[in-house]
Amino acid sequence: MTRYLLRSVAPLGAERTDLLLGDGVILAVGADAREAAGRDAVVVDGDGLVALPGLVDLHTHLREPGREDTETVRSGTRAAAAGGFTAVHAMANTDPVADTAGVVEQVWRLGRDAGYADVRPVGAVTIGLAGERLAELGAMATSAARVRVFSDDGKCVWDPVLMRRALEYTRAFDGVVAQHAQEPRLTQGSQMHEGAVSAEIGLAGWPAVAEEAIIARDVLLAEHVGGRLHVQHLSTAGSVEIVRWAKARGIRVTAEATPHHLLLTDELARTYDPVFKVNPPLRTAEDVEAVRAGLADGTIDVVATDHAPHAAQDKDCEWSAAAFGMTGLETALSVVQHVMVDDGPFGWADVARVLSVTPAAIGGVTDHGRPLEAGEPASLVLVDPAARTVVDPAAQATASRNSPFAGRELPGAVRWTFLRGHATLADGVLTEADR
Amino acid sequence: MRHLLDAGDLSRDEAVGLLDVAEAMARTQSRQIKKLPALRGLTVVNLFFEDSTRTRISFEAAAKRLSADVINFSAKGSSVSKGESLKDTAQTLRAIGADAVVVRHSASGAPHRLAHAGWIDTPVVNAGDGTHQHPTQALLDAFTLRRHLADGTGDLQGRHVVLVGDVLHSRVARSNVQLLHTLGARVTLVAPPTLLPVGVEDWTCDVSFDLDTAVDGGAPAGAPDAVMMLRVQRERMTSGYFPSEREYARRYGLDRARVDRLPEHAIVMHPGPMNRGLEISAEAADSPRSTVVEQVANGVSVRMAVLYTLLAGQDPAQAAADITRTETR
Ligand SMILES: [Zn+2]
Repeated sequence: MTRYLLRSVAPLGAERTDLLLGDGVILAVGADAREAAGRDAVVVDGDGLVALPGLVDLHTHLREPGREDTETVRSGTRAAAAGGFTAVHAMANTDPVADTAGVVEQVWRLGRDAGYADVRPVGAVTIGLAGERLAELGAMATSAARVRVFSDDGKCVWDPVLMRRALEYTRAFDGVVAQHAQEPRLTQGSQMHEGAVSAEIGLAGWPAVAEEAIIARDVLLAEHVGGRLHVQHLSTAGSVEIVRWAKARGIRVTAEATPHHLLLTDELARTYDPVFKVNPPLRTAEDVEAVRAGLADGTIDVVATDHAPHAAQDKDCEWSAAAFGMTGLETALSVVQHVMVDDGPFGWADVARVLSVTPAAIGGVTDHGRPLEAGEPASLVLVDPAARTVVDPAAQATASRNSPFAGRELPGAVRWTFLRGHATLADGVLTEADR
Repeated sequence: MRHLLDAGDLSRDEAVGLLDVAEAMARTQSRQIKKLPALRGLTVVNLFFEDSTRTRISFEAAAKRLSADVINFSAKGSSVSKGESLKDTAQTLRAIGADAVVVRHSASGAPHRLAHAGWIDTPVVNAGDGTHQHPTQALLDAFTLRRHLADGTGDLQGRHVVLVGDVLHSRVARSNVQLLHTLGARVTLVAPPTLLPVGVEDWTCDVSFDLDTAVDGGAPAGAPDAVMMLRVQRERMTSGYFPSEREYARRYGLDRARVDRLPEHAIVMHPGPMNRGLEISAEAADSPRSTVVEQVANGVSVRMAVLYTLLAGQDPAQAAADITRTETR
């Protein structure tokens, strides 16, 4: 296996040092690394680059099986590697739905065979995402895929009894129920955030309360039964308040925000361009501020992409006919740098926390999100914070083109991604995986 | 003016200019030979993804009286009713050589997509999109109001128009609130709170839940110069927007008693089609104050003005002068 000597990189943005990677681990750090490197190590000039543990996404739609025209496990994990991710959680809303040990093992194997990022399948909470009967959560947990995150994402586990049972049942194997909080009756036909913009442009409104009411209910259920709840793509100021309150009460709840909810607002719907149509919808500037503040103070634990590739014909149409969702794997780190580092209170250690360490902990991914120390797995990423790039969906590795950041200049570029010592991205170029 | 998508896009001068052109067009319509040669050789496509015979024939008459060729394309009920069909249809129109597209669609923003997605480069006229906009309806309403309340010239400065009914689902209400404000009129919306959008507080109008107060001039803006009734779909009742037709008619319907309490000069408007007995009683609809039939006739003049202004590529003031010249020749 190739050894890499990473010269003069800044781990978590701190003092520069050298890292020697080999045999899938970080072999040595600092002077030891230089000494141990030997002649045949590939030297990477890390001048100006920040080293972070490989990013871990808690919320990815890889679309395989079922919609391989929009993304495959291979194309999606290549996009992950290009974006600095070394592990992704693949959502269950595929066709067939990932609601059995067989399907989650299939997805897990596809990820392993592609070799670009570890794929951690998310298991459906209910059979067929139908919200009626619990799927075999235990079988998925004990399968080769070792599922720990369960979600009907795309649909809300609306039935309060079923949600209670899921929170209870998953305690047996330290699972977490990741809820797509959307009260279905309050959002029938909803197209965008309900407020001043929807009133004016005549698109059916999606009230904040439809998200907040479910989160409020779920944190109380989690408190009652002691289960572990994860709130997906939290998008409103009210949701931040509820999670803050729940955490103060000691309820076992974690929450994620997406890059698009950290940057974009419902004003973009005025274009009627469905590239800005997403579930939950883009909210107001006040909500964006509250979500940023929640991420800054730790109320929101992680940033997750909700990478949702869609075929061109499902976006190149009128708004109400279009699919919900945006791609995000290849822009997430840049958006977080822009919003939370360049224009916010975060240092690079905070970035590592919300994009790697904590998502790995929530998902039970033990070999990712590790410290950059000798003996640790060599899954890490080198970022050039000084680079600036105009987002071009056609140049991305994802098989779909629905990036809401198209044409925007964003800071930061991922230069190298290593998965257990193997370079999946080398100086900005995806490599051929060698497994 | 490249497209007409949104009543809110019109400046005061553009709107007054269009109304002036419409007046000039209306005068030509009282002549024996109604047809003008203005758009000879040009093709207007009426692209209707949603049934509306009234609006379609109004646009068709307007285009034909300007000597344009008209192609009617109705996509309702065929396999092309959603999805990429809008794009495919647009490209078909480009291949056919349409010079202007008049589009009606059940999806809010569909005309906006047609105009701005890069699929075609012809002028687009919004003939009603979802619950968003219906700008030619607002123009014909303003035209009607101006004839009754401002001698057919200038704007509507200081006039007070009360709009009553299902504002939430109404493109007519959205367009009228914007255009009437642009023209200097005051607007009061009257509706049950369930039929007003969240966010209506930001609109350039007053809001009331009580029709009697508005009729009696107790609303913030005082006595109305016109009352415009909006169509209420009976299905709204089953979705819980109001408890029953009877209760709606009692609280928000315009009946004879309410008409009688209006100031003597005030007119009663309705964009049609009317639900007699629900939002408007038969006596109110047929009263001498009702401008319902007149609105239909005015619709043709206003749509002639819009097509002429867009296709002749002139600003409305210039267009008005030109039409007046052909008229006196
Ligand atoms: Zn979701």
